[in-house]
Amino acid sequence: MAKIPGLVKGLGVTFGTMMRTITKGANTVQYPHEKEIPPIRSRGVIALHQDNCTSCMLCSRSCPDWCIYIEAHKDLAPPRREGGKVRTVNKLDRFDIDYALCMYCGICVEVCPFDALFWSPEYEYSEPNIADLLHDKSKLSEWMETVPEAPALEVGADKKKK
Amino acid sequence: MTLTTDRLGDRQKLSYIAGQAADARVNLELETEGMTLNIGPQHPATHGTLRIIARLDGEQVVWAEPSCGYMHRGYEKLTEVRTYPQVTTLVNRIDWLGSFANEVPFILAAEKLMGVEAPPRAQWIRTILFELSRIANVSLFLGDLGVQLGAITPVFLAFRDREYVLNLIESATGGRFHPNFDRIGGLKEDLPAGFIDETKAVMKKLRNFCDEIETLLFGNEIFQSRTRGIGIIPRGVALQYGLSGANLRASGVDWDLRRDQDIAMAWNKVNFKVWTHPDGDSFARCWIRLQETREATLIVDQLLDGIPSGPVMAKVPKIIKVPEGEAWVSTENPLGEMGYYVVSRGDLGPFRVKIRSASFNNISITPWLLRGVYVPDIITILASLYFILGDIDR
Amino acid sequence: MIQSTLAVVVPYWGQSLLRVLGGLVAVLLPAGTIVYLFLFKMMSFMQSRLGPMEAGPYGSLQLVAEVGKWMQKEDIVPQRADKFIFKIAPVVVLVSTFLLVVVVPFGPDAYFTDFETGVFYALAVSSISVLGILMAGWASANKYSLLGGLRAAGQLIAYELPMVLAVMGVVIQAGTMNMQRIVVAQNAGSMFGFDGLGNPYVLTQLVGFAVFMISIQAELTQAPFDMPIAESELVSGYMTEYSGFRFLIFFIGEFATAGVFAMIASVLFLGGWGVPFAWFGWTSINDVADWMNLVGPLILLSKMMLVVFIIMWVRFSYPRFREDQLQRFAWKILIPVSLANIMVTAVLKVAL
Repeated sequence: MAKIPGLVKGLGVTFGTMMRTITKGANTVQYPHEKEIPPIRSRGVIALHQDNCTSCMLCSRSCPDWCIYIEAHKDLAPPRREGGKVRTVNKLDRFDIDYALCMYCGICVEVCPFDALFWSPEYEYSEPNIADLLHDKSKLSEWMETVPEAPALEVGADKKKK
Repeated sequence: MTLTTDRLGDRQKLSYIAGQAADARVNLELETEGMTLNIGPQHPATHGTLRIIARLDGEQVVWAEPSCGYMHRGYEKLTEVRTYPQVTTLVNRIDWLGSFANEVPFILAAEKLMGVEAPPRAQWIRTILFELSRIANVSLFLGDLGVQLGAITPVFLAFRDREYVLNLIESATGGRFHPNFDRIGGLKEDLPAGFIDETKAVMKKLRNFCDEIETLLFGNEIFQSRTRGIGIIPRGVALQYGLSGANLRASGVDWDLRRDQDIAMAWNKVNFKVWTHPDGDSFARCWIRLQETREATLIVDQLLDGIPSGPVMAKVPKIIKVPEGEAWVSTENPLGEMGYYVVSRGDLGPFRVKIRSASFNNISITPWLLRGVYVPDIITILASLYFILGDIDR
Repeated sequence: MIQSTLAVVVPYWGQSLLRVLGGLVAVLLPAGTIVYLFLFKMMSFMQSRLGPMEAGPYGSLQLVAEVGKWMQKEDIVPQRADKFIFKIAPVVVLVSTFLLVVVVPFGPDAYFTDFETGVFYALAVSSISVLGILMAGWASANKYSLLGGLRAAGQLIAYELPMVLAVMGVVIQAGTMNMQRIVVAQNAGSMFGFDGLGNPYVLTQLVGFAVFMISIQAELTQAPFDMPIAESELVSGYMTEYSGFRFLIFFIGEFATAGVFAMIASVLFLGGWGVPFAWFGWTSINDVADWMNLVGPLILLSKMMLVVFIIMWVRFSYPRFREDQLQRFAWKILIPVSLANIMVTAVLKVAL
């Protein structure tokens, strides 16, 4: 059998791709009419659970870009039991993350000992003005609603000890 | 037929003689001979901001020199003031296409200093993600090769099939391009459910993609006449200039750190073939990378079948202080041999890190290689050497 | 021409105006259709994507948006450029296209002019664009443009010869250089006594057709012969320094020339505006019905689309030749093949 020259076979590949696109549709997602759902662990935005945060500053210190700004003041809280000691707690004044600097590395989320920071796959928060990318704690708390449940782990993984 | 093959070896002799003659002409006459052309730093052909200063005589290059540094980000200085997790984040961005592969030698060096070894499950998963990065990196190369040479369709096919690999990496680590998944002692977390089956399906798709590219691009007579016999690097010269990766293997040197080195990864648990090619021309370099992509899909399949169960993190303290010492670890990255020399003084972060990146050594051969070639061949040679600017300049 | 179709008497200036408008439509309408169908849609489908979809239904108004975009851009003339030549170079390239369409017949009575030496005129006029490209390359005061212009000059002149020689085979077989009579000869003719398909010269002149297609691929500087543009090396070759309206002229000119060359290919090889006369029982051009004047352009357009499909398909699939390989291909392979084709055609024409 005569060997079909590579030139002709190459034409066959492009023609086949064209027919496949016409009959089965393209591989692209027509944003904004269709939106792709990112995977659960996708690092879209960091959400803050304000009640858990004790302003220990661990996240702020471990950020490679130093993009987390925290300010807090001490406050008095009522004792846990009747007749006990008055407790001092930290109350958050300001918890800003500058998303213009954020590298989406996740060190702050990982390092937080009180589970106050969570990843969320939300990605549609772009702003026309770069200064508007500094989001304060109210906006970060809003994003808590978009935080998904952690996915199930693969076969063979160790069960979490929590 | 002169269309498809030049006599191999003749071209090398001719280019050497042409280089000598051109040198003689340039030295005897005034600077007005020839035209100096700046290819880059802003140019569609160079993979980033590389500048090649070429002195041309008509269409032939008399003298060429790469001028890199337009993308220098000061990595080695940055690492001096950061902790180990922060450095891992940064180091992702050196070779941004095969990003997980950058983290691995650094973490292995730190683990060597600490004296811990990651548990077997972590080692296997690290190897799987490493090979997935290799596939992502080299499949982009295969598409880009077409664009450099004028075929505009393969690059779209490459991006289309690379998306599947990036989605896999995103489902496991959270980031498509910068996974930031390796930690001293193991991995950040385990794989999500369904990863193994999805990966096997994606590997099948990628093997189809390799076949498509082979038919569309490599089988094309025009492509072969553009790349065969162009930019021949003899074996001795390749070793002298410190080339690594596919460039070295294309000159006939059988050298693969995955097989020859004994480090804490799972490559010695699987069978794979190391591809070499005797020619040393551009076609050989491109062809080897195609075969390596296929081989990587087979490696991933074998690894997926045998992942051991267990934890993914060894017992390490929460705040990691690496003891004093120096360690060097290098691995077979998609671009070549990448290594880290980590000097530690017992702190939270390294004292000094020296990064040996593959592309910096790979382009050191261009002044020697580009003398006497035609202008279109410059692009072919640069495309076949395959460098990433972040890797050259760090 | 118009007076026989319409029942009114149109004065000479009216006829000329109609011819000018007709010429504009005949060049720009196929150009627009080609750009939309093949550049936006077919290229996208071959690359597994959908192409422009937002401007108009299925992106059909994308070309309007592109024209608007290019027209509102700043008109930059480089400081050291040769201003006069820089400004008229795109016009020269487009002029050759308009001059070329004058000789293409669209129907039995629908043509602009009927030269006796139509083929000769067409081949001569198609080389005016070489001048325009050289002017653009030199006047841009840019080393990349100069390289692109010089490469283009060498390439276009080299591929003129195979084009001419390939067409010679058709002329020998038809026995005339008049484009209208070539169309009639193809549609009224018969192959070995069977006249159901006419006598399209693509079958007997297959070699000539192949050489002609390769030559027009090179004349249009499309891949695999797009060294002058060579996007990954020369950024745009001779078009690098052009922006705004001038670039638009180059862009539309490229696709308009593709359309017109395809029209000439379909006239010479595929039977032009006609269907085989035997289907309707016509024997000569005087028998052809008047409605053919309206249907003929449509038939020609569809044949042109087929030829452009082949040109674009090859363009999107192949990498490009290097300049010396290109020249070697033209001088050492195409010209001997087309010369052999002429000899065989001449011998068979006399023998059969």
